[in-house]
Amino acid sequence: MGEYIFNQNHLLGIDHLSDKDIDTILETAESFVEISTRDVKKVPALKGKTVVNLFFENSTRTRSSFEIAAKRLSADLINFNSSVSSLKKGESLRDTVLTLEAMNPNIIVIRHSASGSPYYLTTFARSSIINAGDGFHEHPTQALLDALTMKQVFKTIRGLKVAIVGDILHSRVARSNIILHRKMGNEVSIIGPPSLVPREFEKMGAKVHYNIEEGVKNSDVVMMLRVQSERGAGNYFPSIREYRKHFAINKKVFSMAKKSAIIMHPGPINRDVEIDNTLADSDKSFILQQVTNGIAVRMAVLYLLKGDFNEPIN
Amino acid sequence: MEEKIKAKIMDEKKMMRAFQRMAVEILENNRVVENLVLIGIQKKGVYVAERIKKLIEEMENIKMPTGILDITLFRDDLHKHEQQPIIQKTEINFSVEDKDIVLIDDVLFTGRTIRAAMDSIFELGRPASVQLAVFIDRGHRELPISPDYKGKYLPTSRRERVNVMLKEIDDVDQVLIMEPTRF
Repeated sequence: MGEYIFNQNHLLGIDHLSDKDIDTILETAESFVEISTRDVKKVPALKGKTVVNLFFENSTRTRSSFEIAAKRLSADLINFNSSVSSLKKGESLRDTVLTLEAMNPNIIVIRHSASGSPYYLTTFARSSIINAGDGFHEHPTQALLDALTMKQVFKTIRGLKVAIVGDILHSRVARSNIILHRKMGNEVSIIGPPSLVPREFEKMGAKVHYNIEEGVKNSDVVMMLRVQSERGAGNYFPSIREYRKHFAINKKVFSMAKKSAIIMHPGPINRDVEIDNTLADSDKSFILQQVTNGIAVRMAVLYLLKGDFNEPIN
Repeated sequence: MEEKIKAKIMDEKKMMRAFQRMAVEILENNRVVENLVLIGIQKKGVYVAERIKKLIEEMENIKMPTGILDITLFRDDLHKHEQQPIIQKTEINFSVEDKDIVLIDDVLFTGRTIRAAMDSIFELGRPASVQLAVFIDRGHRELPISPDYKGKYLPTSRRERVNVMLKEIDDVDQVLIMEPTRF
């Protein structure tokens, strides 16, 4: 009948999804939002399935969000902590994953500092692989939960203007968001110092701005990114003080956006660095709703990926 | 699968009478109308529930709380599907605790949907009672479930399909039996 079906075995990045896939994930997530408001926050959809959280980078919110999502779907979940694992004893990533797979999990959620590592896993693993952030590449569930938040506010995820401000160069969140919004036909501007916002990003269809007021003008969404000091972002501009002077969001800058505009931030936020303290707590800020939506989006992704054993790609 | 119409079982008039009788029977069986709530099962059960709700509201001059239930996540055949079925909205904006619930669906067949619906409802609270209203009971039960109210009992063969068509989505009120064109 030519009817659309969601046919992804893995979630490696937004790049691999069609706009219809994105719509399906968001619609499914919208249905899951309700479950988290019930007294009994659990449904039996993934009963008997096993999800492994394989995190090679520090993460509290993404890891716990996946953990809660899996548990609300009645899946069993194992947290695999790299700092106490055999990787410290010299085991390779491939051997670690093969060892885990010998225990027959259905879905592996991986975060790793090497871009492309989730794809690498699909070449030999039989589980469904979910990318929870790989290097500077993608963080698809973050972009999806951002999109869900926008959809709740604007009732649509098309025809929007999205401004992303900050360290675009090192941000997998920015990359996944740019790809997602270009796929949905939205306008994307990226704003920051030239050292962190290379012209190269114009190839992805984003407009580059070095002046925040210009870039934010008329946008529906202003998405602030954290200054990632731990990734050496401090070397790309002279001082935090100067960065804040030019690229922090405050009431004056935000007034350039549409009246109905909202502020988003993937967290953790640095108050009074990239975002004005009072603005972060204002009713224009959807930062906490993003966290809540993270659970619904991750439930949707876990549900939609079959989690049955797949043939490795190679 | 291609299918063709085998027979037209009910027209608008017959359906209207059946809806009315079901609404009256529900009221007769439940002395305390204030404790009654209706829950329609996605997808067509929702429309059947809306019809019955309207009739009860007209007769009793009350507001009848009516919810929508999607049972997908409670299905017993989720692991058997090639693709995961699309999830629809569950919208029950009232507490089910100690309520007399009438579960409503368009067609009762194996009974597995109702089993899933009951599991789903008991996650929301402990109702005083659960009753079942279906517009067509077509037989072939695989579970010990039987309707308290039905529009019509319609013996069918397993390979047939009963199509309850409603104006709200199908532009016409009628009940058809469909059969596959090829075997």
